[in-house]
Amino acid sequence: MEFKELIVEKIRSAFNGALSGVNEYRGDLSLTVDSGKIAAICKFLKEDSELNFNMCEDVTAIDQATHTNRFTLVYHIYSLENKFRLRLKTNIEAEMTDTVTGIWQSANWYEREVFDMYGIKFHNHPDLRRIYMPEEFEYHPLRKEFPVLGIPGSIPLPKK
Amino acid sequence: MDRILKEEADSQILKALMADTNITIEDALENEMVLNMGPQHPATHGVLRLLLRLDGETVMACVPELGYLHRGYEKMAENMSYLEFIPHTDRLDYTATMCNNVAYVLAVEKLAGIEAPKRAQYIRMLMAELSRIAGHLIAIGTFAMDVGAITVLMWAFREREKIQEFYDLVAGARFTTSYTRIGGVASDVTDEAISMIKAFIDKFDKAVDEMENILNTNRIFIDRLEGIGTLTKEDAIRYGVTGPSLRASGVQHDIRRANPYLFYDELDFDIPVHTEGDCLARYFIRIEEVRESAKIVKQIIGKMPKGEIIANNPKRVLPHKTEIYSKMEELIHDFMIVNFGMNPPAGDIYSAVENPKGELGFYIVSNGKGAPWKFKIRSPSFCNLQVLPLIVKGAMISDVVAIIGSLDPVMGEADK
Repeated sequence: MEFKELIVEKIRSAFNGALSGVNEYRGDLSLTVDSGKIAAICKFLKEDSELNFNMCEDVTAIDQATHTNRFTLVYHIYSLENKFRLRLKTNIEAEMTDTVTGIWQSANWYEREVFDMYGIKFHNHPDLRRIYMPEEFEYHPLRKEFPVLGIPGSIPLPKK
Repeated sequence: MDRILKEEADSQILKALMADTNITIEDALENEMVLNMGPQHPATHGVLRLLLRLDGETVMACVPELGYLHRGYEKMAENMSYLEFIPHTDRLDYTATMCNNVAYVLAVEKLAGIEAPKRAQYIRMLMAELSRIAGHLIAIGTFAMDVGAITVLMWAFREREKIQEFYDLVAGARFTTSYTRIGGVASDVTDEAISMIKAFIDKFDKAVDEMENILNTNRIFIDRLEGIGTLTKEDAIRYGVTGPSLRASGVQHDIRRANPYLFYDELDFDIPVHTEGDCLARYFIRIEEVRESAKIVKQIIGKMPKGEIIANNPKRVLPHKTEIYSKMEELIHDFMIVNFGMNPPAGDIYSAVENPKGELGFYIVSNGKGAPWKFKIRSPSFCNLQVLPLIVKGAMISDVVAIIGSLDPVMGEADK
């Protein structure tokens, strides 16, 4: 069995119904999973001895600019042994999801970046602070409603 | 104090100020101190700010603060065409500009389904490897300077200067190259440039030998780095460290070999690995990688194929200027690509390459329009910096400088 099929097969059998989409585009395998199960699926993918996705390369979000299911979280995970990269996607309804920092330590800063840029909060994150923008900044710049030129007065200047 | 009382009688500020007056230090040796290192500090390689909690000279804890060079490239990319973003990739990791140019166009080509001609791909490999040498030379030079060996900085910059002359010859700019184009490269490499690069690479090993001799026989240099900032294999993987820092911790992972792109599978080169994981191992890895890159450059020059340097795909790839001025069809395509973008089909891709600092990845979501809907830069410096609090814990202040130098972050890339 090919490795891609093996991943899909294993997730299907371990998490009945949580896998809602399998998509392959230009050689990238992308799985869409249930947002409630994301932490459990990540833990499974890391700890399964055959799959062994031991590295989290990136966590980011997509702002779909829609009323429902506005944000999609995107995880890129890599298996050093199998030399394979997998993309996990999950649509979240509330601006809130579970952290995967407990599974891959590297997700700590990636999730902070997602919080900073999109305002998505992560349950049980050890240190959920802004990473690039100043602490007192009110907006989340990568949201689609934030103008590319910025908002005048959003970063306070010293008084005259 | 009086001025504050008169003008800014904010009750909270006042309370905090008054509370401070009662601090008594009973035993000076028992007190921890918070030291703010950076953002304006020459050893932090840019605008990295570290908050260090110190007990005497020992670091108890460290909190890195980023964002002093945040320019919002991901937001800007969502508002410009794919072609317009190429110059911005120069400003990510500004010590290895060509590598970024190549990484970006590879991502866009994967998204749009374009394949560049073989000669263009070989030129890209050639420039990326030269750029890797330049990036590593800066890393080695500034790292040696951080721990007190200033001579090596001059030697490393002398060699790097020669590489920048090739950039000038090939791309027309020494520093902000913007050399690659979607579907190929901007201009062909002349035979003159090839022979110059060949002459440089033939003498290059000797220059590296010189640098290595002065550093490896320097007792102070070795003593300051050996056993400092040790990163274990497990921690390196757990924290998502990539590049030389990962290989110095004993993981033989290089994307050029693991998931080959361009024509790296046709070339013969080794991936150096060390198992110690300390600052000295990270320095050794860089020196060895520079030699490997020189080996690759030699092979590329030997194998360089003839042919086109840009793909023939009129709807997506910019036509040549002479054709625009003489042919109607090409003029229309040029107008459409420049004004409305090249509109790759809807879909999302992640493309990663091995940069001098580690894995540089681009995640691009297209909705079929001229600008990306979502553009994410997975920058290696950002991810590698995350491990800093772990490995500086228990080190001395002077070691912090060595550890930052050995991780070699570039803040242009870390802050995006």
